[in-house]
Parts: sequence; C-alpha cells; structure tokens
Amino acid sequence: MNLETTYMGLELAHPLMVGASPLTDDLDTPRRLEDAGAAAIVMRSLFQEQIEGEQYTSAQHVEMYADSFSEASSFFPATDDFAMNPYGYLEQIRRLKAALRIPVMASLNGLSTSGWLRYARLIEEAGADALELNVYHISTNLWETAATLEENILEAVRSVREAVKIPLAIKLSPFFTSVPHLAMQLRTAGVDGLVLFNRFYQPDIDLGLLSVVPQLRLSDSSELQVRLRWLAILSGRINTSLAASGGVHTGADAVKAVMAGAHAVQLVSAILKNGPAYLKTLLTEFKQWMEENGYQSVRQMRGSLDMTRCPDPAAFERGNYMRVLNSWRDTPKFSDGQVPQ
Amino acid sequence: MESVKSNIVALEANEAVASVSHRLSEVIAIYPITPSSAMGEYSDEWSAQKRKNIWGMVPRVVEMQSEAGAAGAIHGALQAGALATTFTASQGLLLMVPNMYKIAGELTAFCMHVTARSLATHALSIFGDHSDVMACRQTGFAMVCSGGVQEAHDLACISHAATLESRIPFLHFFDGFRTSHEIAKIAMLGDEELRAMVDADAIAAHRRRALTPDRPVLRGTAQNPDTFFQAREAANPFYLACPDIVQKVMDRFAAITGRKYGLFDYVGHPQAKRVIVIMGSGAEAVHETVDKLVADGEEVGVLKVRLYRPFIVDRFLDALPAGVRSIAVLDRTKEPGGVGEPLFLDVVAAFQDGQTADSPRFPQQPRIIGGRYGLSSHEFTPAMVKAVFDELKKPRPKTRFTVGINDDVTRLSLPVPDDFDIEPDDVFRAVFFGLGADGTVGANKNSIKIISEETNFHTQGYFVYDSKKSGAITISHLRFGPRPIRSSYLIRQANFVACHQFNFLEKFDIVGYARPGAVLLLNAPFKTDEVWSNLPREVQQQIVQKKLKVHVIDAYHAARDAGMGARINTVMQTCFFAISGVLPRQQAIEQIKKAIQKTYAKKGEEIVRRNFAAVEGTLAHLHELTVPGDVNDGKPLPPIVPDEAPDFVKNVTAMMLAGRGELLPVSALPVDGTWPVGTSRWEKRNIAIEIPVWVPDLCIQCNKCAFSCPHAAIRAKVYGAESLAGAPAGFASMDYAAPDLRGMKYTLQVAPEDCTGCGLCIAVCPARDKSTPKRKAINLAPQAPLRQSEAEKYCFFLDLPEVDRSKVRVDVKGSQFFQPLFEYSGACAGCGETPYIKLLTQLLGDRLLVANATGCSSIYGGNLPTTPYCANREGRGPAWSNSLFEDNAEYGLGMRLALDQHKAQARQLVQQLTGSIGEKLAGQLLYADQSGEADIAAQRQRVAELRQKLASLNGSPEARQLALLADYLVDKSVWIIGGDGWAYDIGYGGLDHVLASGADVKVLVLDTEVYSNTGGQQSKATPIGAAAKFASAGKASPKKDLGLLAMTYGNIYVAQVAFGAKDVHTVRAFQEAASYPGPAMIIAYSDCIAHGYDLALGPEQQKTAVASGYWPLYRYDPRRRAAGQNPLQLDSPAPNNQLQQFMVNETRFRMVEQKDPDRYKMLFESAKRQIADRYALYRQLAEPPQAHPATEGSATPSTAKAAT
Repeated sequence: MNLETTYMGLELAHPLMVGASPLTDDLDTPRRLEDAGAAAIVMRSLFQEQIEGEQYTSAQHVEMYADSFSEASSFFPATDDFAMNPYGYLEQIRRLKAALRIPVMASLNGLSTSGWLRYARLIEEAGADALELNVYHISTNLWETAATLEENILEAVRSVREAVKIPLAIKLSPFFTSVPHLAMQLRTAGVDGLVLFNRFYQPDIDLGLLSVVPQLRLSDSSELQVRLRWLAILSGRINTSLAASGGVHTGADAVKAVMAGAHAVQLVSAILKNGPAYLKTLLTEFKQWMEENGYQSVRQMRGSLDMTRCPDPAAFERGNYMRVLNSWRDTPKFSDGQVPQ
Repeated sequence: MESVKSNIVALEANEAVASVSHRLSEVIAIYPITPSSAMGEYSDEWSAQKRKNIWGMVPRVVEMQSEAGAAGAIHGALQAGALATTFTASQGLLLMVPNMYKIAGELTAFCMHVTARSLATHALSIFGDHSDVMACRQTGFAMVCSGGVQEAHDLACISHAATLESRIPFLHFFDGFRTSHEIAKIAMLGDEELRAMVDADAIAAHRRRALTPDRPVLRGTAQNPDTFFQAREAANPFYLACPDIVQKVMDRFAAITGRKYGLFDYVGHPQAKRVIVIMGSGAEAVHETVDKLVADGEEVGVLKVRLYRPFIVDRFLDALPAGVRSIAVLDRTKEPGGVGEPLFLDVVAAFQDGQTADSPRFPQQPRIIGGRYGLSSHEFTPAMVKAVFDELKKPRPKTRFTVGINDDVTRLSLPVPDDFDIEPDDVFRAVFFGLGADGTVGANKNSIKIISEETNFHTQGYFVYDSKKSGAITISHLRFGPRPIRSSYLIRQANFVACHQFNFLEKFDIVGYARPGAVLLLNAPFKTDEVWSNLPREVQQQIVQKKLKVHVIDAYHAARDAGMGARINTVMQTCFFAISGVLPRQQAIEQIKKAIQKTYAKKGEEIVRRNFAAVEGTLAHLHELTVPGDVNDGKPLPPIVPDEAPDFVKNVTAMMLAGRGELLPVSALPVDGTWPVGTSRWEKRNIAIEIPVWVPDLCIQCNKCAFSCPHAAIRAKVYGAESLAGAPAGFASMDYAAPDLRGMKYTLQVAPEDCTGCGLCIAVCPARDKSTPKRKAINLAPQAPLRQSEAEKYCFFLDLPEVDRSKVRVDVKGSQFFQPLFEYSGACAGCGETPYIKLLTQLLGDRLLVANATGCSSIYGGNLPTTPYCANREGRGPAWSNSLFEDNAEYGLGMRLALDQHKAQARQLVQQLTGSIGEKLAGQLLYADQSGEADIAAQRQRVAELRQKLASLNGSPEARQLALLADYLVDKSVWIIGGDGWAYDIGYGGLDHVLASGADVKVLVLDTEVYSNTGGQQSKATPIGAAAKFASAGKASPKKDLGLLAMTYGNIYVAQVAFGAKDVHTVRAFQEAASYPGPAMIIAYSDCIAHGYDLALGPEQQKTAVASGYWPLYRYDPRRRAAGQNPLQLDSPAPNNQLQQFMVNETRFRMVEQKDPDRYKMLFESAKRQIADRYALYRQLAEPPQAHPATEGSATPSTAKAAT
C-alpha cells in the first residue's frame, strides 16, 4: 500500500502533517511528532503585526521615562541586544531543520504590505522547506469592499512569490464570497497550495465583567464538513495542492479529507488534546481503513469524492435543505459554467 | 612608539571614565548612587557584552548591597592581587571611608572614580560639589581632580597608571552632573595607548604582593602603642615619591597623546598680579574668563589643581607667577566653623612653608583670600569669576567670601556684575525646553553626536531636569564652537530657543533665553495663524523687542501622522536642523536617518519606519510665523502661585517654581532645613491631557477610584445636605447610599489641575453603564475645557466639612472619607507606591511619624520646591523626615524611643500632679484605651482639659514641663518607610535589628523589585527572570523572602499585600499592623515604570501576580496564637497557571525572552518551581497548630503588649 503524497512539490510519506501551532515551539515536541510519524510540520505563525506592535510598545516603555529625571537616564538595561524581531523564530527554523528529517514549513501572518517581503526572505534563508501565508483579516470598515480586500491579499501573495523560491501556500478563511474565483486568482498569483481553512480566536462575552474576551476552542470533527465542501469543489479544477486544516480528529476524518481532494491533512487540535503519540493512532486508523476498503494508494483515493467525481456533486453545492431529487439534474453543471472532463 | 589612532566621539564623562577603568580593571564592585551610577551601569553592560580589558579578560562586575560592601569586596580583591575599581559619590563615598584607610594603609595600588557630590546636611542634594571628596583627604588616598570630560577621560588613565607605580591608592574625581553628565566631543584613548600607559612591571609587583597560600604573609594585624606610630610613618617615602611619579606618568601621557597635564596647571598672564586657585569644572569657567580678561589687558591668571593629594608645596609655588600679589582660593565645599575651606588652608600652609624657606620665592607675600562657590551645582559663571578678580583688586578684600549667591545675613557674598557675558559670537548656543516623556533630551544627545561626527566643531551638551517624576520639564543646553568649550555653566543667551511644550511658555521665561535676533521654535497645538494670539502678552513683547524669528509646528500632529504617538523627539530634531543652519539641511536629515537606523535597526524595523516617516513628514508641518508689530491681543501671564497662598509660598516657593530660586537671598531660607508642609497644593501643574469625570447616576460609591489614585487627585466626601449651600454651578452630589451615615450627601470630585491623567481610577471603577458598558461611573475627558469649572468645584469640595472620623467604618470605602495627608506628590503617573502612603496618612496621619529611607519615596516625599505631606484642619499631620539610605530603620527606632521617653515622663508628671488635675481625669489620661478613632478623639479632649488645668497651676515647674509633653499622652504611630533597595539590601542589617528589638515600630516596604530611583538596578527583591540593570540577562537567583525571614522571629506582625489585587486585605493589614503592640512589617507590591507596561493596568497586573502565586498575600499575626490559632494566614489561593501571562505583560521579563528565549524558558521554569515550592512551604506553615495548650509566658503576645 502506497501512502505517499505530493504536497506543493514536496514528497510526503503520507498526508498526515502537523498544522501551524505552538507544538513546534521547542525541539522536544517536534521530535516526538516526527517519531509518531508526522509527514511534515508547519510552525506557529510569525505575526507581522505582533512583531511590529511589540517593537513599538516595548520601545515606548523603555524610552518613555528615559532622560527625564536627574537620578536616572533610563530604567532598563541597555537594549542593544534586546531585539524585538523575528530572529528567535528564524533560529527555531534552523534548529528544527537540523533536528528533523521531515519537511519544516514556516507560517507568516499579516496583512499590511510592509514587512511581508523581508520576513518571507528571512524565512527562506533560514531554511524553511515551504512557507504558509496566513491572511486572516476581519474587516470592520464600512467602506472596504470585498474586491479591495481580495486585491490586497493577491498583492501580498505576488510580492512574496517574487521574493522567495520555496513552495508557497496560503491559508484562507471560509468567509469569501467566491472561494473558487479567489483560489484561481491566487493560483495565477503564484501560490502552490491552498490550506482550507483557518480557525481563529472568536469573541466571547464575559457576563460577569460585561466585557468581550477572545477565546480559542479546539476543533472537533463537526468542523470538518465545511472543509470537505470546499476541498471537493476545488479539487481537480485548481492546479494547486490542497490541504485540509481543522476538524480532523479520527482516521476516518482524514480519509474523508483526502477523498474530498486534500493532498495533505493538517492536524492540531487532535494532537493538542491527545498528545504527539496520537498521530500514530490516526495514521494506523487511516491505513487500516484503506486496507479494509481495498485502496492501494493515497493517490488512488485522493479526490475520489470531489465534485468532479462524486456521484452526487449537487450535495456540495446545496446550501439549504431541500428534498433531494435524483432526476433534477442529469449532468452536473458548475457555477462557472464549465462541464467537467 | 607607533602612532595610534584616536577616536573622536561625543560622550559624557561617566562613560569616558568608565571606558578607561573598565579596560584597566579585573574586578569592579559597584553600587548605584547618583550621579555615579552610570559608570557602574556601563561597566556591567560592557562585561555582559563580553568586552575585554586590555589584557584580554572580561572584567568581573559585581553589585554589592551597599557602598560599604563594595569597598570591602574591593579591598579583598586588591589583597588577593587583582586590579580593581569602583565608582561612587556622596554618602556612598563616606561608607567607603573605613576601607579606604585600610587600602591606603596597606599601600595598595587602586584607583576609584568619584562624581563629586554634596553630602546631605540640612537637606539631601544629588548635585555636584566637593564636600564628599574633601571628607576623604585624610584617608591617605592620592586625589586627582578633572575639570571636563576630556580631562576626566585622560586623568582616569593617568590615575590608574600612577597608582600602580606609586602604590598609593588614587581617588580620581570630577564634578557630579556638571562634568559627569556633560556630553562633549573628546579624543578617546585606544587600547594601545592604555597599554603603553600602564607599567607591566608595576602590575607584576602588585601581583607579587598578593596574599596567597603559596607565599603566605600576614596583613591586618593589631598593633600596640609600641609600634603603631612608627609603622604609620614608615609609609612616608611613598607619599614623598608620589607627586613625581604622577608627573612622570603625565609626561608619558603627553608623549603618547599630545595632551599635556601638570600637577598644577597655570593659565593666564605670565606676570599676573591676581590669581585664582581652584579645581574641578569651575576651573574651566575661570580659564575661559581669564582668557577674555587677559585679552582685555588685565593681569590675571588661574592655577588649576590637578593633584590635590599628596599636596606638593614646591610644585604648587613654582606654578604660580612670581609677581602674584593677591590670590583667591575657591572651594566647592563648606566647612562650617573652620578657619577656612580645605584648599584655602592648604594654599595658606603652602605659602607659610614656601616663604619661610631660606630664599623666599615671592618678593612680596601675596594676600590670600578664600571663598566658596557652586555648592550643589549652584551656577558658577564668568560674571562670578569677574567678581572674584574685582575683589582681589580691592585694597582690603573680604578675606572669606562666597560668590554666586546673595548673602544678606552674614554678608559674605561678592556683588556680581549683571552684564558680564563673554561668550563669543562664533559659539552656537541652543536651549530646548521639553517634557520628560517627549524624548527631547534623547534627541538632543543624538544631535550632539551628529554634529560632533559631521563637523569640526567642538560640542557640549548639558541637561537640566525637574525634581518631579511625572510631567517633568527638561532643559537641554547645547553649545557648538570652533574652540574647546570651557563654559561649565548654563546658557543664558541663546541663538536658538525651542519650546517643545506650548504651556511651558506660561510657567517659565523661555523667551528670556533668546538673544536678540535669535530663532525661536515653538511646538504649538494650533493652526499657524492662531499661534500668535495664543501667546502670553509678555512672550509677544519679548519676541517683538528682540526681533526673534519664530517657527511653529504642531509636532503632536506630525508625530501622530507618523505613528509615533506622543514622541515628538524626531519631529523636533528635524525642525532644529531644518532651521538652525548648523548643518546643511539635507545632510542633517540624512544623518538623523542614519542615527535612527543605528539606534533601532536591531530593535525593530517598524520603529525605524515610523521614525523615518516622522523625519520625512516634518517639514510639511513647519512654518515660519509672521510676527505682527503689536502685542495687544495676548493674555497676561498668570501668577505662579495663587494670591491666597501663604507668604512663604509666595515669596520663596514661587521663586523656586519659576526657576529663579538661585536669586533667593540667604535670609529667605530656613536656617536648619525645616520647611512648611503641604506646599504641593500651591503648585497647579496641569499635566493631565485628560481627567476623570464623574457620572453620579452610575456610581456605586465604592471609593475604589479614590483608594487607588496615586496623587490624591480624586476624592470622596460624605457631608450634610446643608453644606451644599453656595455650591458652584454643576457641582454634583447624590444621596449617600450606605446605612452608616444615612441621610447624608456623597460627592466624588477630581482635582483637575493636580491629576496626572494616569487613568488608574477608571481602570479600577467597577460600575458600568448597563447599555454601554464601556462607559463607567468615571470616564476620561479632555482637561482643558474642564479645567476652570472643575477647579472651582474642587475648591468648594475641599471646603466641605470633613467627616466625623469616629462615625466611619474603616474599610476600603470608609478609609477614603478620611482626608489624605499626602497629596499631589511628584511621583510618576500611575505610581504603585503612593496609594499605600496615602492610605497610611488617611488612617493614621494625624498621629504619624515617618522615617523615610532615601529613594523614590523620599524624593516625591521631600524634594523641593513643593512637597506632598500636609496637615488637616486642626493642624495635625504626618511628621516626615529622611535621614539616610542605609539607616532608616534605626532612624525610626530612635523616634520611637524618644516618643516613649516623652510619654513616660508625661505619665509620671500626670501621676505627680494627680492632686491638681483630679483623680478622674488623671486616671483616664493614664489608662484610657486609645485603640479607636473615638478613643483618640476622647484622649485629645482630655489633653485639652489637662492644659486648661495646668494653665491655672500658676506655672509650677512640673506643670510647665507637663504642658510641654502633654500631647505625647496621645498615642503616636511610628512608620519606617522605604523601598526594596533599602529593606532588602543596604538597610537590611538595621531593619533586622530594629524588628528584632521588639519596639513598637511599623515598617512599610514599597517593593518595586528594583532600585527605582536610581534607574532600575537589581536588588535582592528582583525576581527570577526579570531583566534589571546589573542583571541584564535576567536575574537567575530567586527573590529574597523578606517576610519569611521576619516571621522566623515569631513576635513580628508581617503582611504581604497588593492593593490592586485585594484592597480589603491591604486595609486590614494596615489596621492590624497599626494595632499590633510591637514591631510590624508590611511588604507592599508596587507597580513601577521600571516594570515596563502601562501603569493604568497595574491593578489588573497585580491580580494576575497574586493569582499566579508570583505575589502571595498573607498576614502573620502573632496575636492569633493566644486564641490557639496559627499566626500565619495565607490570603491568596494556590498558584494557578497565569505566571506566563503575568510575565509576558512586562517589558522587564519580555526583554529576557527576546534576548535569549532558551534562557528565559529556563528562568521561567525555575520561577514556576520556586513559586510552587514557596506556596507549599507557606501552606505548611499556615496549617492549624497541633492541639496543644498555649504555653504560658510565651514570647508573644503578652510580652509585646507589656512592652508598650
């Protein structure tokens, strides 16, 4: 049985990889993940705004009271080597590369155009095997159009694409009006892979404090479905690799993701919940299912239930409940008017 | 020898000296004290960066617990053969004196560097004079004095070299602040030059003298009358040889560098008739004046003393012009009651020696007069020098005089000409007025560096700061000129004057600094065409009269546009270069950018980007103002203090506030350092941009806002409705809600002109608007539009009656109805210390004595011109005093002992006079309970009755005596207050002793976990993982557990509190400590700017500190034993997992994480473990005692009680 898969040109032993998370912050956990069989890992995101924001506020706190009182011209040790910069992150790339045999992918989160290029280049120089861009942006601006927003993303991708040669993935949120069209444009802009989808901090309300608090809950399998839909819609029609991210908690979940079209399956919550060794369990389940169901290879299985190949493609389109009438449509038609080959 | 390249750099003397001594030392023991701290900081920083000395080793820098400790460590290092150094000043130097005798007595090669500073006498002063070094001239140290930055650099090297060759230890000193903090362009000595200066054989000899078991000898013997004397004299040849060695080293230095020094350097007319003898920075002002006077044809000169000890008479006399007829010796110190000051006496004795020799050197014995100048950095100007030369010209000059002040009491001062200004036109002079937080000084330091590097100009920068820590003004004095700058005094007439804060124009005569035709740069928050009419009339007049060229910019607008917030430094620096013409504009802008790149490249591209944006955006905002011919539309300047202020405040304090304190005559000042209290109320600082506004509808009257206000600028009162008569329009009032004082009215009022706008009150307010929860019961609003109306309301509020103290339940809320007797201090906005002090004055202020250790709390507590401790309507209030840094516990104990004696004597007299006083009154006076507010009030009433009775006793001696002491029959509370530097380090020995004494004193430790006042050096209270100065990589050892150490005595009340986490607990601890009949100590968590976060978030951060176990709350009350309970109560829960969250919020921890993530992780784990262990230990200690009967006659609490 052949579990191999190709993700953005990288040969992976199987589709199960570790998604962007704090799991890669040290060396011990990544080693254990590799031992458990992870095919690749994505590092925690380097947050451009956070770096810049911290640079700014730290400098403010250090400098605010400097040179204003006779007895002390400063209140902190000299800050020459106090660098609010991504060097720690870059160093971690180098260390992971040295410690692991599996591919190490970096992740970069930001939206403003300044800074992107520099960090992307530094990440490439540090030896990352691929780069995942995370472009989650909450628009609160009444006058910001979807088109502007998408254009900003494309602009960022184009400039990063020009700057680095390593494979480039983009991790999207599900909240785009037309995911396929955006995906196509991203492909044109040069991305090698699409990661579906981002999970974010969501606001919660603290009734005691009458305040809003950001919360991040771990995913569960119920979140997989929205991924399956979009994987299946894009699979076979967009010439990029696809990765499922969010909601894979069992071997069966992983099988579904691959069948919907994923080249790779990113795991985070399942490992955070159950520990690095759980990856092995998932992999065993995944293999077992393939064996039991007579699949020879992942390649054979991948995309087998995507929209172009599944028996009822309309199921992926259906946004509302309605009675399923098999006779309703003879030939599947797609919103872009193409008829699948 | 081959030529070596010298680097030309601009730096302050502290750095210039440290750079030499760091490279010439192996062991450096340090302790922070102003103004020398920076030398220790540089050394520590360089060693942390692994910078090597000239022998290829990284010097070991060790911070000690006091200067005495540093001197001891140095002594040991020297004895074991190391090359060692230290840096200190003032009281710190005095603490080293005992070891200095030893080091000199043992003929040990050693060089220390001292930023000469005033010793505390009638007052502490951090500024420069020679009173500290003069107190060391008998120790046997050689003493070398530098007058400027280049000299300090050079003579530091010469001193290090000379001590090795002479075996006499050297004290190299230079004037605190004036030299230590002056930035000047100098030629730096390279390693090669330093190597060429120190004699390898002398080092080898030093090593051979080391104590070692390989060649044991004995040092430190005790000697008897038979030999001590002779042994003392045995060292004489070394002192005799020393001056020649120093001159030889100076000559070698000249051969290497081309810079020549002599033991005494004469400058002036070769046949001068009148000569001034002086040392230090003042000599440079004299030098400059002599040059000018000689050029004008006068026969005058100056003799600069460089080697003051050993004082070599022959060389001194040889250095003077033979025809000198009169000499004025100027001393920068005062020896009250002496024949004259030290240098004067030395000069007189030198002439005594020289002239009685066989062939007198001087045909005529010159007249020698002695004068004092420049105490505590008091200005010393060419006009004053002129005054001294004028005096020397007189047939009968004053033999003893002062210069620079107006002494209208003993009439010693010389008249100083007003119009004597010798600064040449080719020296560019610029003065900048900035706000501490706006970065003005930093930008100016940067400009000096740029001009030093880009031009051939000589440069000088000197910076004057406020005595307040919040909203502080800074004044930068910059000079650039074609010749070396010797002007060791402030600029008075500048070519360029910049005012970076528009409202300063109201407070200071800024335009007065401008010479005619000068350029004036104003940062004005107005449109250009609105600026003129917003200028005060007096400012308009000066602008017109002096024909100033005025440029204006809305710098805050420009800075905001660039994303720089309120940091206008880059914007204003760009303006300076754009309009001053010191450098071509384009070149200057490139250099500013280069400097930004250099400073911030490693700290972050974003900061570079924003600063660049500020530079690029500035010129669009900068406009030249068309000055109208008329001045009629400006408002006149408001008075400095209001008319209703007391005369002393109007006559003395107001002058100091206006920056004209140096004009006050001697007669205006208290003779013994005693000052009136409560003067901060007369200084309306108006530094808040936004102030809190009360919304009564939402208020739940919890008083948490008032409780946490560091400046007592938001207050609550309950009062009868009848008091509202005559309230100003808009004065808000609501029904008081709680049952205790039902029927009364409640008002929360802000002091709009005293608030610093820190926002703490808003952060702690728990009451929210139900439909718009971001709206609270107090909210910030812009101050300017509210200023006048709120000020009127506040005035009315203050006049409302104070609550009857005996009717209020004393808790968080109730405590805030008591008048704070500590108000509007100069502490930082958001200070975490002052809420505790304020609370203390509310609870006990009318019967409180405070012994305050030197540190932040003594500075905001007692730094003139205005001070915060005040009195209530009855005239009672805290009696506050500061003795030293190291002796505060002892100082407080002394107060207690005196009170106890007074009280005992008063009680004895009451007993003696019982017949006349009456049995009942006497009995009550002696035995009435005084534990509550009502009891205290009743006792005061009895004392009043007693006084009446005593008055009728026809003046019997006993009655008179009792009248004097009667007030001591009312209990007083003695509190010993200080920071962690005092309690954990320098004062710990005394603190431990005083706590152990069982005396009824209370200790309040304001724990900021660093030496805050001197700039964030680590103390033993600094926690694991925090970066602090002297622990820049993050402290690896745990915080000392001061509370646990005190608990081990068993009879000391100990509490650890954090008001932001649990205010109820804080109040309870203060009450329990106060009522405990014996020693008590409260360790109070105090947020500080040295932690590096927005202090308005302090209470939140304190909550996390407590929840994470970082700062456990507890109370150890020995009284509980009597009830069979464990004395220790743990008042906070087991550590949760918030330590990381706590640490990541503060820059002090984040710095370590950024610098070295692995080390941070290791330190974090270690901190986590330590916290868990400590909690486990506390929990074990707090477990209920085993069931056994309470031991009779145990140490507490019965004995403690009996002790009172």
